[in-house]
Amino acid sequence: MNAIKFLFAAYIATWVIHGAYLTSLVRRFSRLRKQMKEASGFRRSASDLPPQD
Amino acid sequence: MKRIFPILSIFTVILLAYALYEALVVAPTDAQQGDVYRIIYYHVPSAWTAFLLFFINFIASIQYLANAKPATKAAVKWIVVAIGVVGVVACFLPPVQRLLPTGMRPSAVATTVLLIPIFYFLIGKFFPGERLDMLAVTSAEVGVVFCTIVLVTGPIWARPVWGIWWAPGDIRLTSTLVLWLIYVSYLVLRRFSSSAQTQMLAAALAVFGALDVPLVYFSIWFFRTQHPQPVIGGGGSMDPRMLHVLLISWMAFLCFAFLVCWSRFRLEVLQREIEESHAMESLGSGAAAKASLPLSRSSR
Repeated sequence: MNAIKFLFAAYIATWVIHGAYLTSLVRRFSRLRKQMKEASGFRRSASDLPPQD
Repeated sequence: MKRIFPILSIFTVILLAYALYEALVVAPTDAQQGDVYRIIYYHVPSAWTAFLLFFINFIASIQYLANAKPATKAAVKWIVVAIGVVGVVACFLPPVQRLLPTGMRPSAVATTVLLIPIFYFLIGKFFPGERLDMLAVTSAEVGVVFCTIVLVTGPIWARPVWGIWWAPGDIRLTSTLVLWLIYVSYLVLRRFSSSAQTQMLAAALAVFGALDVPLVYFSIWFFRTQHPQPVIGGGGSMDPRMLHVLLISWMAFLCFAFLVCWSRFRLEVLQREIEESHAMESLGSGAAAKASLPLSRSSR
């Protein structure tokens, strides 16, 4: 019975590590998307400016 | 390609669930260790996946270094072909076979050696130029995740079986920890160094780091260790039903690793595109500033 505790601990630890890494990937993706939006917004506002004669 | 990802994700989830069911329910209980031995179905496939990813990192890093000069590129290509041919032929020569550890099949060694040129040319074909470096960082990062699982599940398994969490001085355990530390330092170097030579330095570090992989793998043959002998390719006698579940579990972990690598690679591509566009913008604004400089001077 005591050994079962170790078995489940190993399986849970595996998926906690994978889960933590996947979460970090999702966060990095969302941060990049935010940066891309900001960059495209900046470009749009720059192109909206009247040409300087 | 966008459609393949969700299909493959669903397939992987089903395969992982099936592997879990096989590992916990179908696989027979070990006569000596009882149910705790079932940790093998996560521990061993994670180790194999980590080794494979570090191998990919090694090949991508060598190719990245070799591509720096055309002459080196051609030379390394022929060296890799020579390693493949000589290695495979040598495995079947009796004097070389005598050097192999007991229980290790020459065909298994020949197959492993043959993987070097196969991976070298496949990676070179599908990941040209900077993509080689992106593949290297992707495989190193995902490999570290799998190696972390090996280092966490190993002590959890060792405690009820050996009575200790860690065997200090054991070469298998220590070399695995060193391997993990080398690749963590590789990732730290990539993350915090802003030098123009970072990619080259990281590739060189990866080549040295990969030399630890054979040491980890062969340590249980050549040294006396607490760690048990290999269950496959080492003359071990594993129950075929257990082996079947182990291979299913490895397939599931390979599919999962492939999906994670795919996502991480895509992230790296996006990150570099954004960095490039930022650089172009700053260059553009710099050029615009330079262009406007004579005007401002003349307006004065």
